Amino acid sequence: MPNHQIDPNNWVKLYSDYLFNYTITRVNDREIAQDLISETFLAGLKSMANFKGEASERTWLISILKRKIIDHYRKINSNKGKAEVRMGYLNSEDAEGDWLEERVADPFDKTAEDTLENSELGDAIYDCIDKLPEKQADVFKMKTILGYDTETICNELEITASNLWVIIHRARTALADCMEENWF
Amino acid sequence: MKKSFLFINCDEAKHICDKVQYGEASSWERFKLNIRLAYCHITKSYSTKNSKLTESIEKAEVKCLKAEERNKIENQFKAELAKQQQNH
Repeated sequence: MPNHQIDPNNWVKLYSDYLFNYTITRVNDREIAQDLISETFLAGLKSMANFKGEASERTWLISILKRKIIDHYRKINSNKGKAEVRMGYLNSEDAEGDWLEERVADPFDKTAEDTLENSELGDAIYDCIDKLPEKQADVFKMKTILGYDTETICNELEITASNLWVIIHRARTALADCMEENWF
Repeated sequence: MKKSFLFINCDEAKHICDKVQYGEASSWERFKLNIRLAYCHITKSYSTKNSKLTESIEKAEVKCLKAEERNKIENQFKAELAKQQQNH
């Protein structure tokens, strides 16, 4: 028996930020990430009949998004392959000897393992943000993730600065507790 | 009750602690918070958890859509949704 229902009316509100965070860590371009999310929602809409309700809507949308990201890379790689110009690492004789230093691995460079861990951490943070009341989540994202200043948020949401700090405090307390339970 | 010049209560300390996470606390506020942290384990525990949360968010480099970006996606999707509902 299906455990999950499907309701596309709330997809953008509920899942767009989660999908965006998932995508941006993989494609590193805001425009492309937005296009892929739009395509995912449209593909989901077209294949709603295939939703069996065994997984949550979000998991189902992520599975569509994963395919979209793979298709995106397939597409750019096939285009790039045609136009690629191969160049030597260094052609200048003046720079002889510099290459060794330049090619030494940067110890602060992220390894694949770091990237994976950060991406899982990002998912855990979003799981916790999703549990917040809508207003708290909105204020928290604007202040913490988008880095908007207090005045901008207050003007946009028509709240006072002290109201904002109360909301931020509640959101941070709930998030810290949730992360403590699920991650730390 | 008269408000102390130097000693703050737990709620005020937590409020300053939140502001510290966003770099919005003044030096004087940070000073008062540090005094409270020296003797109040509740504030200390809140401060530790709060800093840990900030570190995690920075480490994960969490991103989200701006309002105008979300609206654009929503408008496109709503148009498609309306089309689909008309066809059925």
